[in-house]
Amino acid sequence: MTPLIWRFLPAGGYAGRPGALILRSTTASRRAWLAFLSGFFEPVFYLVAMGQGLGSLVGALPGPDGRPISYAAFIAPGLLAASAMNGAVFDSTYNVFFKLKYARLYDAMLATPLGPVDVALGEIGWALIRGGLYALGFLSVMAGFGLLASPWALLALPAALVVAFAFAAVGMAATSFMRSWQDFDLVTLAILPMFLFSTTFYPLSVYPRWLQIVVECLPLFHAVELMRGLTTGVVGLGLLGHLAYFVVMIGGGVAVASRRLDALLLR
Amino acid sequence: MIPVTVSDMGDGLVQARGLRKRFGEFEAVRGVDVDVARGEVFGFLGPNGAGKSSTMRMIGCVSPRTGGSLQVLGLDPAADGPRIRARIGVVPQLDNLDAELTVRQNLQIYGRYFGLSKAHVREKATELMEFARLTDRADDPVEPLSGGMKRRLTIARALVNDPELLLLDEPTTGLDPQARHLLWERLYRLKREGVTQIITTHYMDEAEQLCDRLVVMDGGVIVAEGSPSELIARHSTREVLELRFDPELRPAAAELEPLAERVEELPDRMLLYTADGEHTQGEVHRAGHRPQSSLVRRSSLEDVFLRLTGRTLVD
Repeated sequence: MTPLIWRFLPAGGYAGRPGALILRSTTASRRAWLAFLSGFFEPVFYLVAMGQGLGSLVGALPGPDGRPISYAAFIAPGLLAASAMNGAVFDSTYNVFFKLKYARLYDAMLATPLGPVDVALGEIGWALIRGGLYALGFLSVMAGFGLLASPWALLALPAALVVAFAFAAVGMAATSFMRSWQDFDLVTLAILPMFLFSTTFYPLSVYPRWLQIVVECLPLFHAVELMRGLTTGVVGLGLLGHLAYFVVMIGGGVAVASRRLDALLLR
Repeated sequence: MIPVTVSDMGDGLVQARGLRKRFGEFEAVRGVDVDVARGEVFGFLGPNGAGKSSTMRMIGCVSPRTGGSLQVLGLDPAADGPRIRARIGVVPQLDNLDAELTVRQNLQIYGRYFGLSKAHVREKATELMEFARLTDRADDPVEPLSGGMKRRLTIARALVNDPELLLLDEPTTGLDPQARHLLWERLYRLKREGVTQIITTHYMDEAEQLCDRLVVMDGGVIVAEGSPSELIARHSTREVLELRFDPELRPAAAELEPLAERVEELPDRMLLYTADGEHTQGEVHRAGHRPQSSLVRRSSLEDVFLRLTGRTLVD
């Protein structure tokens, strides 16, 4: 966390103990391992269905440096990025909203020395750990299919964590504005087209220029580019630009989420 | 209990002067002065919407005050919220136990929020489950527990950090009589162990049972203050005679007024406030009135409360 961010966080809202929330989440999820499995298998199913099935019809596509790669190798990093996004968004929206409005869990936590920043970081941290485990699982599957073309692929794991962190932070900030379950349709409305159109399944070149610009603004596009560069081994300074996009998302998301939790819970 | 006055507030755990809380246009607390001494059980009594819970939340450092001054454990909640919260225990009005955890885990994890060590919370959880009579449910999930059990667990959870001050917001609302009595007994035990308690309630019997001293709140202000017996002495009579009449034979309140200190007319009953209920009962008969039934009872805080806050139903 950069020191600058602290100035945007609520005063007295941090006890330095987000780890206690992560402990809570790991303890609670011991009984919910099934949800874990489904999160792991979803991208694997996509990879098999699209990569192997559809891939046999599509053949090869141009990779990040223009050289052809197999369709499976093209979409796998896209699915990796999308699963990091989906896991983080699910945790930080549905799960957080339930705890906030129904279980009143955060009210209980804030009666202790914990502050809203502990809550925000703890919940985002948990979303991140889950996202990291999914990414690790999916990367292993990719390795098994022979879809990791370069040692740079090792960096795809920390990159997935950064992506998950960014989506969790923004997801939690968005959740703090939600009034009812109806508002979650908006989440689906944002996530689904992003998943389909952010060059996950085909290259940017299929779009007219104006649509390319729109897609280039989407966070998932940057995540996909980042992952695809790393797993295919086409690494350049441009990847740092994609990374910067997520650093900004993280900073903004954590600051807004903490402030909103402060306003919602400490009335 | 030694009466507490402002002069010996050196040991005061909570001190509020002109405390205010505003939510937009609505002012929930409109200038409240409160002193709570160490070891005392202090009550906030009042109808719904009187400002009790808002005051409790400010004392619990989860709601910033809008005006006035407030000191809790000698510290200012606005500056030292987390430090104060580390030393108090909170039992909220609605149970907010962690439904994804077991009874034991609820206690242990909550202790971890206070930064207590793993070994410490493990031992503490065992001790508190004993206290809350939940030992045989230790590894059960929270959801199937009865209301009384959940309440006891919530209270046990509030004790995990060995608080100097315990805040209980309507601790027995919605519990059956057995569960309430067990809870009262546990709270009394805590008092004997020296835990200062602040309780909000709208149950008069609860306030009489538990509180050394209390304030009656109405419309965001304090309308009376004292020990339960002081309040009854000041705002009511020793006894109350309750009379129920056949509607045709019901006398006007004015006819009964010479017989008692005060007469209250309810839709179904007439209440005669008097020092000696039996005697007044005789007088009523001698005056030729024939009630269907009559009952002499001790005056209670309920009479004080209704006198001070009016008989109109709130929300």
